[in-house]
Amino acid sequence: MTQTEFLNIVLPFKDKVFRLAKRLLVSTEEAEDATQEVLLKLWNNKNKIAEYRNVEAFSMTMTKNYCFDKLKSKQSQNLKIVHSNYEEKSTPLQKQVELNDSVNWVAKIIEELPEQQRMIIQLRDIEDYDFDEIAKMLDMNNTAVRVALSRARKTIREKLTKTHSYGVK
Amino acid sequence: MVLNNIEKLLEKYENGETSLKEEQVLKTYFTSDTVAPHLEVYKPMFAYFLVNKQEQFTKDVPLKTKTIFNYKWISVAAVAVLALGIYFGTTIGSNDLGTFEDPELAFNEFSKSMEMISKNFNKGTATVGYLNEVNKGTATLGYLNEIENTTSIIFKKVNH
Repeated sequence: MTQTEFLNIVLPFKDKVFRLAKRLLVSTEEAEDATQEVLLKLWNNKNKIAEYRNVEAFSMTMTKNYCFDKLKSKQSQNLKIVHSNYEEKSTPLQKQVELNDSVNWVAKIIEELPEQQRMIIQLRDIEDYDFDEIAKMLDMNNTAVRVALSRARKTIREKLTKTHSYGVK
Repeated sequence: MVLNNIEKLLEKYENGETSLKEEQVLKTYFTSDTVAPHLEVYKPMFAYFLVNKQEQFTKDVPLKTKTIFNYKWISVAAVAVLALGIYFGTTIGSNDLGTFEDPELAFNEFSKSMEMISKNFNKGTATVGYLNEVNKGTATLGYLNEIENTTSIIFKKVNH
């Protein structure tokens, strides 16, 4: 397999790998390293790629596992990465500040969710995977994914309403 | 009417029962500018999803192509060397110098080459002649042995 062939396979989902890694590891740099690691692992096993039924799902599972390993070693080192970099969105100026602030709130709320729910929110609401794919990637069953997703969405909404009506009610 | 629909979808959404298509409807609704005031709460959430989807991985991945040395090529090279060796061995080995047709000419050539050999041979023997001098030297050294013999006899007598 040549480099271009490999890139053609990998390019469509490399951003998804990166975003999932970032969802779990929070820091952009850590997520970049993780993505690089995952892609290199794929490249080194490029002869086996044809055997994988779904390279994308496989890579996502690999990313999840890699990030969990990272988090475990981070926990044992007692290090915590605090990071926040969010891009701007172009809506009218007055609203933009407000919205940006609430968007940051969403980020914070998601960060507080348990890892599993965070991953599911990432895969479903941001990357638009269907339930079967998510179930395969995370090695869970379909209904468990739905339940976790529902819980995560409800938590986000509840917390958002709280901050939204803060000081009003 | 539309609002009613959105509210229903939201309920389904929170229960995790919406399909991807329905979620897309929600996303487009909440990222538009006409969101009902009582649903504003959801706006940042969907905005966040949208913003996050645009984030890209920009770092380069160094893909090194490992050049695995193939030992088969050694045998190929060996075969090539052998073939070349055999080819040149047969062509160079049978270097024909030719013969003389005329016997007189052949004799002249032969005696010429013999003369050359003997000349060089004599040169060689002339230098070997110096070895004679060395022999002479060793002969005179022989006298020293005689002296030693006599001294040893003397010492023997003294020892007795």
